[in-house]
Amino acid sequence: LLQVRTADSPHPRFDLNNDASLVIDIPDALCERDKVKFTVHTKTTLSSFQKPEYSVQRQHEDFIWLHDTIVETEEYAGLIIPPAPPKPDFEGPREKMHKLGEGESSMTKEEYAKMKQELEKTVQVHEVFLQRLSSHPMFRKDRNFQIFLEYDQDLTVRRKNAKEMFGGFFKNMVKSADEVLISGVKEVDEFFEQEKNFLLDYSSKIKDATAKAEKMTRSHKNVADDYNHISGALNNTAADNNTAFKKHLEKCAEVFEKLRKVEDRMASDQELKLTELLRYYTRDIQAAKDLLYRRARALADYENSNKALDKARLKGKDVAQAEENQKQCLQKFDKLSESGKKELTSFKARRVVAFRKNLIEMTELEIKHAKVRRLKCYVYHYMFIRQCSGILI
Amino acid sequence: MPHFRQNRLCLREYFNMFNEEENRDTFDIQISVSDPEKVGDGMNAYMVYKVLTKTSLSIFSRDEVCVKRRFSDFLGLHSKLASKYMHMGYIVPPAPEKSIVGMTKVKVGKEDLSSVEFVEKRRSALERYLLRTVKHPALLKDPDVLQFLESSELPRAVSTQALSGAGILRMVNKAADAVNKMTIKMNESDAWFEEKQQQFENLDVQLRKLHASVESLVCHRKELSVNTASFAKSAAMLGNSEDHTALSRALSQLAEVEEKIDQLHQDQACADFYLISELLGDYVRLITAVKGVFDQRMKTWAKCQDAQVMLQRKREAEAKLQHANKPDKLQQAKDEIREWEGKVQQGERDFEQISKNIRREVGRFEKDRVKDFRVVIIKYLESLVHTQQQMIKYWEAFLPEAKAIA
Repeated sequence: LLQVRTADSPHPRFDLNNDASLVIDIPDALCERDKVKFTVHTKTTLSSFQKPEYSVQRQHEDFIWLHDTIVETEEYAGLIIPPAPPKPDFEGPREKMHKLGEGESSMTKEEYAKMKQELEKTVQVHEVFLQRLSSHPMFRKDRNFQIFLEYDQDLTVRRKNAKEMFGGFFKNMVKSADEVLISGVKEVDEFFEQEKNFLLDYSSKIKDATAKAEKMTRSHKNVADDYNHISGALNNTAADNNTAFKKHLEKCAEVFEKLRKVEDRMASDQELKLTELLRYYTRDIQAAKDLLYRRARALADYENSNKALDKARLKGKDVAQAEENQKQCLQKFDKLSESGKKELTSFKARRVVAFRKNLIEMTELEIKHAKVRRLKCYVYHYMFIRQCSGILI
Repeated sequence: MPHFRQNRLCLREYFNMFNEEENRDTFDIQISVSDPEKVGDGMNAYMVYKVLTKTSLSIFSRDEVCVKRRFSDFLGLHSKLASKYMHMGYIVPPAPEKSIVGMTKVKVGKEDLSSVEFVEKRRSALERYLLRTVKHPALLKDPDVLQFLESSELPRAVSTQALSGAGILRMVNKAADAVNKMTIKMNESDAWFEEKQQQFENLDVQLRKLHASVESLVCHRKELSVNTASFAKSAAMLGNSEDHTALSRALSQLAEVEEKIDQLHQDQACADFYLISELLGDYVRLITAVKGVFDQRMKTWAKCQDAQVMLQRKREAEAKLQHANKPDKLQQAKDEIREWEGKVQQGERDFEQISKNIRREVGRFEKDRVKDFRVVIIKYLESLVHTQQQMIKYWEAFLPEAKAIA
């Protein structure tokens, strides 16, 4: 039974808690076999909660359930729904975990470290999801959100019931943004016209930047792996030799091992601060586009209702009903527009804050790691130079 | 330990401080191979390199000589040295490998990056080859070496096939087969040789693995460079698309930083390659040469044994003739005995000599390799320090830009 925990991780996380009345974090995550169990910790002063503090165990599927119920809530159609966290992906480490279950030898230090890094990533993204909800005036009051935070039992049963209840009722509202529909809308509102153009362009650019950042991070990790292999090969070569050469090779192996550690840390920090940031905002941009889509649909409905009203008036039949329908469509459209404007404005602010924070943290980490590496190289350089009088055979 | 603070001691001064110590105990001879020039056209074209020798040694006629040599000249030199010295147990540094693919590209006139890299790789290899050759005290004095370095005209080397690295390996394998068929064992004083031979076998295997790992590093570092450049472009596009002014500016700056870092990665990849990867490649080939001399010793021993056997036969023949009353034949037999006694003595002397030479050569090799590897790791660490220094500079310049996002 292997447990990988993040509780003792020194890694600073992106904290979206902006209001002391409801503070959420994930202080610990446990990885067993192929399940990840998140510890969700809540501190609140809100009267709607029964207790001031909660600590519950949740699985990824619980987060998805929460996300889906929110998406399917008509009331939230005018809001940007925080994107669902992606499924924790452990690939190779997962296979290793299975093998461990079957009694194979233990994980290497490197494999363990990789698992821990993956765990850190997934915790960050699940945590941000909850903090987005808690920091939003409407989502924080959501009944299911409260259940998610409070209910001290397994949510599995509830989840199954909910699926049967909703069953695709608002399915056509849930469809991912149809770009054709959005761009086809004849926009009279300057704000939405600009937003639409911006989002469509930005969305493709950020997707591309995410992909390129991922490749860059992967290359960094490959270099770190190579340092690891070189260190191992140097130690193997040293084993068969004697005296000065052996000592020398062992020292070189040490150098490469140290280089590997720093390179690895640099790669994972870059991933957490840059790649994950870009990944997250790719999803968030999609959520914003979904909002535009819902508004465009509402506009289409309104235009249809106008046509229906004209038709009804011509025929002289069911006019009152058609008038009522048209009024409702207009109301809905206006509500989405008003709410949408607020959401998109705060979205920009949020994006700017997030980029700023992450870019600063990433830069500070890069500088820190580079300085550490420089110092280590200096130290080893000095050591090798000083060795000169010691090695003459 | 001296203070490392940037403003106290300039980086370059710091490194020079130590390099001067290093250079004090190097040879009084410096060789450089430079200025590759293409001569001729099409498939008959070839590259000519400038070989500059600076020395204070008296065996040279001038203290600074500059000659032009082509690749086949180097191969010719090696071929001569190998034929003269290998059978005596001297470790003759192997010449750089031929490359049909590489050369064809150059001949055909492709001015692309890979041809330029190929020529640089070869130039560097030729330089290392000459430096290693003159480091050998016996080879330094060799007339062929002197002629190579000094004489303005050199007769075209014809048989450059003879002793490439692959050629030596083939020879070694054939010799190994012959040895296995030998029934006469060598005596105990060869324990040292057996042990050393085993060590070199192991070292060969391990260095090849190490070399492969380093080649992988070079490859991935190059990939990192490409991916960083690609990300930089993408970040710039994202910056253009971003409608918040300060964030847009910061993203463009980020793109610029990443572009500069891409260049750093490229430089680092070069260091990875030229410092470490090529050194390991040289040592893999050098070990082949070492294995070659051990086999020469085996051959010498076999020859010695054959002579013993022959002598024995001649003695038996003479003994028979004692009772045969054929005075002419008896005299001939006695003469042959003397001849073969001489050959046996010579064989024993040769064997002693080659054994002695090999012990000395191996000692020298073991001392040199520590020095070589040490110099390389020191230079590599210096390259890393330079890279880190630059990286710190770039990121520190970017930090206020990131903070300026409002």
